[in-house]
Amino acid sequence: MSKKKGLLDFISENTFIHILLSIVLGFLVGAIFLAIMGLSVGAAYGRLINSVTSLKGFSYVVVYSVPYIVAGLSVAFSFKTGVFNIGAEGQFVMGAMGAAVVGILLPDLPKPVLIPLCFLTAMAIGALWGVIVAALKIKWGINEVLSMIMFNWIAFYLSNFIAGIPAIHNTGSAEATQNISANASMVFSKDFIKQAGLAPTANWGILVAIAVMLIVWFIIEKTTLGYELKAVGSNRFAAEYGGINVNRSILTALSISGALGGLAGSLQLMGMGQRISIFSSQEGFGFAGIVVALMGCSNPFGVFIAGLFYGALIFGGSKLNLVGAPTQLVNVIVGTVVFFIAISVIFRYVKYLKKTPKEPPKPAKPSGGKEVAES
Amino acid sequence: MTNLVNSLGIILYATLIYTTPLLYAALGSCFSELSGVVNIGIEGMMTAGAFTGTVVAYFTGNPWVGFICGGLAGALFGMLHATATVRLGADQTIAGTAINMLGPGIVIMIAKVLFDSTDTIPLTPTQKIPKLFTGLFDTGTVFGRFMDNVFATYASTYLVFVAVAIVWFVFYKTRFGLRLRACGEHPQACETLGINVIAMRFICVCMSGFLSGLGGACVTMAISTQFRPISIVGQGFIAIAAVIFGKFKPHGALIGCLLFGFCSGLKVVLGGSSGVNMQLLSMIPYVVTVIVLILFVGKSHVPAASGKPFIKSK
Repeated sequence: MSKKKGLLDFISENTFIHILLSIVLGFLVGAIFLAIMGLSVGAAYGRLINSVTSLKGFSYVVVYSVPYIVAGLSVAFSFKTGVFNIGAEGQFVMGAMGAAVVGILLPDLPKPVLIPLCFLTAMAIGALWGVIVAALKIKWGINEVLSMIMFNWIAFYLSNFIAGIPAIHNTGSAEATQNISANASMVFSKDFIKQAGLAPTANWGILVAIAVMLIVWFIIEKTTLGYELKAVGSNRFAAEYGGINVNRSILTALSISGALGGLAGSLQLMGMGQRISIFSSQEGFGFAGIVVALMGCSNPFGVFIAGLFYGALIFGGSKLNLVGAPTQLVNVIVGTVVFFIAISVIFRYVKYLKKTPKEPPKPAKPSGGKEVAES
Repeated sequence: MTNLVNSLGIILYATLIYTTPLLYAALGSCFSELSGVVNIGIEGMMTAGAFTGTVVAYFTGNPWVGFICGGLAGALFGMLHATATVRLGADQTIAGTAINMLGPGIVIMIAKVLFDSTDTIPLTPTQKIPKLFTGLFDTGTVFGRFMDNVFATYASTYLVFVAVAIVWFVFYKTRFGLRLRACGEHPQACETLGINVIAMRFICVCMSGFLSGLGGACVTMAISTQFRPISIVGQGFIAIAAVIFGKFKPHGALIGCLLFGFCSGLKVVLGGSSGVNMQLLSMIPYVVTVIVLILFVGKSHVPAASGKPFIKSK
């Protein structure tokens, strides 16, 4: 009896266990859907696992994951500071376009200059996209969720417009920009890729992602700035009473979060994309960042792992049609995982019902945008 | 002059076309937000409605059965959201995000099974939502063509304006509406007065899904003839924006949606006649929304308990 209680305690208190359980349930629900569709669960999941476990497959996963990890860190950072950066999509798009413009128009700069320049441009434009929203909120009281949704679309069309400008546009028939200069590309040399047997777009973006993860962790946990931002995030009135300038905090939080969103865009461009297409609908990297941040519980290290997991599912999912299973299975699995993470509070309820303590269970643990609609 | 009247007719026609689905979804969002539950899963619920509507209309041949079933499919996802957020106290943003992934994921998988494609088979004209008042106006005259453009439109458009009036009446003139709004402001006080907050919120979130589903069904059954994975791209989020724009009131949301629809209509007409870049024109609705917010709207009062899970024993 006591052993059982211990297990229940363990499950109810350990966030990591909640997420693992959610992932198991996600795959279970995916399997149920596959079975209903009359497809072989083993074949589909086998394909999913096979395609990501080889060296080449894993290098694909790493390449796919980098933008998701950094976009996830952008959103996670905003969650920690009490704003919900639903605008990561727009920051991502603008960052990618900023890096592309620099990478195309200044092709002759040497690599050690051009690559940091592309990163900085992307971060500056991403930050600008965040600052505009913060300024609208501070100066005119405009709800940030609303303006972020608007600025996502403005970014989308602006990017399409810039991609159509003759100096930037592809000279061939492709509806896209030119390729960025080889000096702006992060992809490993062809020989190395061939020798090591990696994915053709293998690049060192993952190192940047790791660095960003550490920096975000450091800012949030080890600096005064992070402390202030977190204080505003958990209770802005108390923070204000404690002498923290709330408006400045929101501005700082959104500019850092925006810079990270922009950086994610440039990493995608300089690693995988090499050019930006004229799209008919949003690509959704920023929205994927929200999902990754939620799966990682807004913890920088958690987000890193969640990003790899998401990248693996996206890459593995793209191979699913080979066994006749729809790619959309991935969305169902991830959606279910996120859903169960959302209701992971249920585990606390189970404990609550068993032990009936004096205190009621706390509401949902994973830190989400509790102040989504706060204006 | 003739050209101007014609253009105006087309702008108004496009305004109504763009506004209709947004407005259904925005009314849905009002229900959920005013009762104190943030629902960012509107997009996923619209997708579910868009798919189910066309599929049911295709198999039954009756657009209205399809339309209602589209709403019910949205309500099903609403129920999922309500179960998580209202019954189990889940974080509303996270659950909404999950709905946005599950909705498209599930329906496109079903589409694969039913049609062996991610698109559904296009509806025939009799399976689509009918247009009202066609042939009522003499399209030979300038005025007649204008009237035909504006008023000979889909029944779902007329219906949504009726829905706005009904929702307004329910919110502000009935006991149910008063309780609903109170739940969004101070659920603890409601509970002490004997209002079942959990039940109220559950109903409102389901209602929100139903209306969003109807909105989705409009897209595929009136404006277009089939469901495709890109049928619903961002309309749900625009609807949420319209509700915040309208300060969480149904009549405010109506103005928000109309403004957005009008700008989209303007884009269509200008895109056809002027030489301005289409990508820049497409930005108009979003830029205008921000400008109008700065100039006229400003801060909006968010329901005080919005986004906070309600724990009964607290």
